[in-house]
Amino acid sequence: MNENLFASFATPTMMGLPIVILIIMFPSILFPSPNRLINNRLISIQQWLVQLTSKQMMTIHNSKGQTWTLMLMSLILFIGSTNLLGLLPHSFTPTTQLSMNLGMAIPLWAGTVFMGFRHKTKAALAHFLPQGTPIFLIPMLVIIETISLFIQPVALAVRLTANITAGHLLMHLIGGATLALMSISPSTALITFIILILLTILEFAVAMIQAYVFTLLVSLYLHDNT
Amino acid sequence: MASVVCVFSSSFSVPLKEKKLMEVKLGELPSWILMRDFTPKGIAGAFQRGYYRYYNKYINVKKGSVAGISMVLAAYVLFNYCRSYKELKHERRRKYH
Repeated sequence: MNENLFASFATPTMMGLPIVILIIMFPSILFPSPNRLINNRLISIQQWLVQLTSKQMMTIHNSKGQTWTLMLMSLILFIGSTNLLGLLPHSFTPTTQLSMNLGMAIPLWAGTVFMGFRHKTKAALAHFLPQGTPIFLIPMLVIIETISLFIQPVALAVRLTANITAGHLLMHLIGGATLALMSISPSTALITFIILILLTILEFAVAMIQAYVFTLLVSLYLHDNT
Repeated sequence: MASVVCVFSSSFSVPLKEKKLMEVKLGELPSWILMRDFTPKGIAGAFQRGYYRYYNKYINVKKGSVAGISMVLAAYVLFNYCRSYKELKHERRRKYH
């Protein structure tokens, strides 16, 4: 049971060909692009959602930060759709792989940091020392602030990976427990099944929230640095 | 006038290569399949035609419904099931897991 608990997280290959690229590109088919002024119902719903999200996320930024709108909107759409698709049975979720999340987190965080150092060097360096610290604490605090800066991309990636992976694993385990309990005592199996339903609702929420949190934090780092 | 035009067009036989699938006779089927365009450009064209056929029928209508997307998601689930069938074979009903 242990081996096939983790088998769903293995990189999918079909007859030796890595089709993980196809699976990563699949959510893009689900978002058709608007062609006309007034589109059909499905594209209008999609347009309305994207406008709602972008207004919510980007009003806090100044004009320099708002150039990142396209990047952050595609990021939240990608992570949200990939997480939600991973809740379908037997599907593979690319965001469970730490490699992919690091690949998303590090360049985005580095982009915000370099932008801050380039345009507002003094203010960016001043982040390393909070106001009003006693003089003898300064060296230690600078070291601590540097460490907390460098841990930001790692935290972004690991947060997303751990949340999604843990949710999937928990669903596998509780589902397996429900099946095993069904022959022993159906009432306990019923309770476990209710727990599974609640967990699935949680997972739907977590899928979307994680996307939101990732994007929100990147935009926060951006706000600090523009 | 229209009936005269119909009779006129069906008097010429259509070459095998350009017949649509529903008009090919059963005996001609293997040769029809072999005559299809299997170059990369042909395969890409086939995917594009298939995509637009589905898109224009179910998504690009004035009042699209949940059925258009859910058919795609069901096909995705089926694809993933086929992909992981080899590992799932061991999960059948047995006494000890």
